[in-house]
Amino acid sequence: MNALKIWIGKSGLGSVLILALIILVVFPLTMDLFRLNLVGKYLTYGFVAVGLVMLWGYGGVLSLGQGVFFGLGGYMMAMFMKLEASDPVTTKIQSTPGIPDFMDWNQITELPFWWEPFRHLPLALIAVLLVPTLLAFIISYAMFKRRVGGVYFAIITQAVALIMTVLIIGQQGYTGGVNGITDLKTMLGWDTREDTAKYILYFVNGGLLIGAILLCRWIQMSKLGTLLLAMRDKEDRVRFSGYDVSMFKVFAFCLAAMLSAIGGAMFTLQVGFMSPSFVGIVPSIEMVIFAAVGGRMSLVGAVYGTLLVNFGKTYFSESFPDLWLFLMAALFIGVVLAFPNGLAGLYESHVKPLFGRRKAKPETTAAPGDGTPHTSTGGKPLSRGAPISGDVQGQSA
Amino acid sequence: MSFTDITNIALMQGFAGLSLFAVLLLMGLGLAIIFGQMGVINMAHGEFMTIGAYTIYMFSTLTETYLPGFVSAYFPVAIIAAFFIAFVFGWIVEWALIRHLYKRPLDTLLATWGLSLAMQQTFRSVFGAREVSPTLPDWLLGSWAPAEGLDIPINGMFVLGLTAVVTGGVLLALYRSRWGLRVRATVANRPMANATGINTKRTDRLTYAIGCGIAGVAGAAFTTIGSTGPTSGSLYIVDAFLVVTFGGAGSLLGTVASAFGIAQTQSIAEFFLTGSMAKVLTLLLIVTILMIRPQGLFASKIRR
Repeated sequence: MNALKIWIGKSGLGSVLILALIILVVFPLTMDLFRLNLVGKYLTYGFVAVGLVMLWGYGGVLSLGQGVFFGLGGYMMAMFMKLEASDPVTTKIQSTPGIPDFMDWNQITELPFWWEPFRHLPLALIAVLLVPTLLAFIISYAMFKRRVGGVYFAIITQAVALIMTVLIIGQQGYTGGVNGITDLKTMLGWDTREDTAKYILYFVNGGLLIGAILLCRWIQMSKLGTLLLAMRDKEDRVRFSGYDVSMFKVFAFCLAAMLSAIGGAMFTLQVGFMSPSFVGIVPSIEMVIFAAVGGRMSLVGAVYGTLLVNFGKTYFSESFPDLWLFLMAALFIGVVLAFPNGLAGLYESHVKPLFGRRKAKPETTAAPGDGTPHTSTGGKPLSRGAPISGDVQGQSA
Repeated sequence: MSFTDITNIALMQGFAGLSLFAVLLLMGLGLAIIFGQMGVINMAHGEFMTIGAYTIYMFSTLTETYLPGFVSAYFPVAIIAAFFIAFVFGWIVEWALIRHLYKRPLDTLLATWGLSLAMQQTFRSVFGAREVSPTLPDWLLGSWAPAEGLDIPINGMFVLGLTAVVTGGVLLALYRSRWGLRVRATVANRPMANATGINTKRTDRLTYAIGCGIAGVAGAAFTTIGSTGPTSGSLYIVDAFLVVTFGGAGSLLGTVASAFGIAQTQSIAEFFLTGSMAKVLTLLLIVTILMIRPQGLFASKIRR
């Protein structure tokens, strides 16, 4: 029993367990369906944030184009549901029955060939997983093989996000344009707008998110995770040790892309539409701030960050619309200047020591701030057992 | 269609490309200093342009109300004011925010994005959410017709001329002035520049502020082309970054060349395709070229 306790403590599974309890038990019991659906929507962004923790926190690569993959996943799910919703019987008033309504409005008379695979659910699901990953692979392989650094990568991914938005809005006849793909009703005849369906989707979504966190946690604990960290801190040294650094980065980017795509698909299922406003630069950067607020090194923190920022956004943009952007700005600047490790960092430096004090050896628990370079505290002697306090981290990082 | 018609179309098409070139270059210049020379990812660059644009709007409104006789003369003064207001803002921002983040470029990106959000909301609170445009002096309106069937818009020529002046000024300042010498020394080797007695922190602040000031001039120039809203700046930001990156960060001539290349590609593509597809095609081309040649057109010879 004690061995199990230690193992859970070491692997950080305790916090995942608590998160799972909150998502799968506490929220459904305390919230009405409307709120729960809202939380479900936020949790789909959580996939992106978790992916960003792996990519940015662990891999040291910042992508400003995660919205592209979120959108791709969401759009492909929406394409399947739209085709199901526009069978020839329900669309018989159109001049060409059997094609999505927005195509008919744009004088398109035939379903484009690349829409055809999305008539089948298995193909659509495979596409949701593979197409964004493949795109991520192409982008990142070309760039990381040429050792394109962090800043340039961020700018290129931003350009990709812009291309995607312009393309979707410009090709109205094939993509639904600014409005996106709307009026999604069923999946294989199962009405996703019913109350029970919403509950089921919420639990599937929550379960998948916990699964994604466990997968990422497993990667972090494996040798691969250690290598990712090593690469982030001293890329050349890892390269000289004989590792192919670029392929590790490609892996992290593809993983983040796939997770984002799953989030996007779950978004479409729960919310019932998909539009370019979840693809572009602004949502992509907002998704980065979710991960940053939660703590760029903490998978669980990223989910809390996502929930917190989104609840804040909903509350403030309803009650004080003028204040929200200022608050968001303060979040961006504050997270960067004062708490680089986000909520998780605050927890590690302020809350955890309270628990740690009761244990016999406080020294062992005093290894917080996994992302903070310890060397930066330099010659300053740390008092025994006392963890590095938050403000020292803020100045030195 | 006669031969002269074709020449006229080609000339006007060429001029459309040239004015787009001027717009892109003007956007990119400030960023070429801030991002290219200093390596600061200033996501609030577009908002500094908006500051310039709103300065023109304020000047035009004030002149109309108090000095109606000077409407034809306020514009040059307002452009200079736009430079200084953006300059002062840049100075303050560098002092309050940027100087803490020089060692963490990706974090600068997030912080300046936050800054841009705050600036957008400030614009919205002060000037309203509606897009505004200043009353332009008469000499900026209309078009110049040197021959039958050939119309060259005057505001386009004005922006082109202004771009030439600003580009020349920046080149001169960077390569022929004490400030330029200090900037180049700091970029090339910071500790050594410090050791020779250059106050690199002061240089950084001045450089950032000058970059912001040029952004203000760019925004001021754009009021002759389009209207200004609180979020106009965010429309330019990706283009501006691509112009600088594509040209090769650190190379000012590269910025000029890349602005020219991008503008011509886009305006030629616009002739054959719809506007949005031309944009997609141009961006795809840039991204592909950057993947093949990440250092941009003109790689800087600086060891980093």
